[in-house]
Amino acid sequence: MYAQMIKSEATQDDPEKLAAFQARIDAGDKIEPKDWMPAGYRKTLIRQIGQHAHSEIVGQLPEGNWITRAPTLERKAILLAKVQDEAGHGLYLYCAAETLGVSRDELTEMLLDGRMKYSSIFAYPTLTWADMGAVGWLVDGAAIMNQVPLQRTSYGPYARSMVRICKEESFHQRQGFDIMMKMANGTEAQKRMAQDALNRFWYPSLMMFGPSDAESVHSEQSMRWKIKMNGNDELRQKFVDQTVPQAEYLGLTIPDETLVWNEEKGGYDFAQPDWSEFFDVLKGNGPCSVERIEARQKAWDDGAWVREARLAHAAKKQAAKVAAE
Amino acid sequence: MKQEWPLWEVFIRGQHGLSHRHVGSLHASDAEHAIQNARDVYTRRKEGVSIWVVPAADITASSPDDKGSLYDPADDKVYRHPTFFDIPDDVGAM
Repeated sequence: MYAQMIKSEATQDDPEKLAAFQARIDAGDKIEPKDWMPAGYRKTLIRQIGQHAHSEIVGQLPEGNWITRAPTLERKAILLAKVQDEAGHGLYLYCAAETLGVSRDELTEMLLDGRMKYSSIFAYPTLTWADMGAVGWLVDGAAIMNQVPLQRTSYGPYARSMVRICKEESFHQRQGFDIMMKMANGTEAQKRMAQDALNRFWYPSLMMFGPSDAESVHSEQSMRWKIKMNGNDELRQKFVDQTVPQAEYLGLTIPDETLVWNEEKGGYDFAQPDWSEFFDVLKGNGPCSVERIEARQKAWDDGAWVREARLAHAAKKQAAKVAAE
Repeated sequence: MKQEWPLWEVFIRGQHGLSHRHVGSLHASDAEHAIQNARDVYTRRKEGVSIWVVPAADITASSPDDKGSLYDPADDKVYRHPTFFDIPDDVGAM
């Protein structure tokens, strides 16, 4: 998802405290910043919320790519609003991570030097306007699947930021589907673009949920701590079952010849993405991986003087105020 | 390490005359800047008609360890709740 392959930390705390902590979680209590928590819970959450935040921020780049080339002024205004929302989502999440004792600058530095990751999906390029449709429809659709249950996650600040994000996310998915409808009902060339976008984003979207639970060594601990609410396979199945009829409505074909309805399980059977590609992308070898971090590095460097000037101005104003008193 | 913009807690009053409610936090260089950022981060959909910002460092909070003792006095005073008293149906609404 936006947080993939989160390694959960083993914890070496006092067993009695650990048991009491687990009992609070099992009882549905929310854990708040000043509450005692196992070191592993804290570390895992910093990694998970941080990666989630980074994904929102880096996720602005593939869409930002089309703001100046949106086909109409209205589409441009909508895309601008959507990309601004993604920045907002990143900010809510950074603040949630900061309550765990990590600073904003540290988080940014960890993204830039590769110690922290962002979602594999944003390492793919957006080649045509139809990709804006596919990203909203599929990528935001997949994100919603994961984020709705996270509203009930055990860490209070994370859960609350998820509530805000989910409220806004549904606009994102609908605007994407709206673009797809327009393209799919347009000229032959537009239809081809829509199909091409679906072809390119289908498997990367399935990868967003992470590898099969059978191979996911960290799921169990995170599920016990209620910082992961559902299994990867379960959410991926739900996503496919929801998306296939939508593709049919659009008159587009899911690029999977093995896709077939399985009456017995009440869901579709479908092909897995190429997991070796996923691991490769996560290592930083995606088609746009270098470009994405370069763009973030440039924004960080170019913004340095603003961060410094703001502080200098605030200090000057404060000094003048004190002098006047 | 370089200095970061301080952290501010943001409170917003919605449209319907309710109290300001804590909505989250953000970084800003000063109070005016914090209000501007709060507008952008927390009211993109007309969520509020009034914004308060408070430096996070200036907030004094109760300790989670006091959870028991701090609220103890309320435990044995169920009579503060109206449902403690049985009023006969014949009396009517009260």
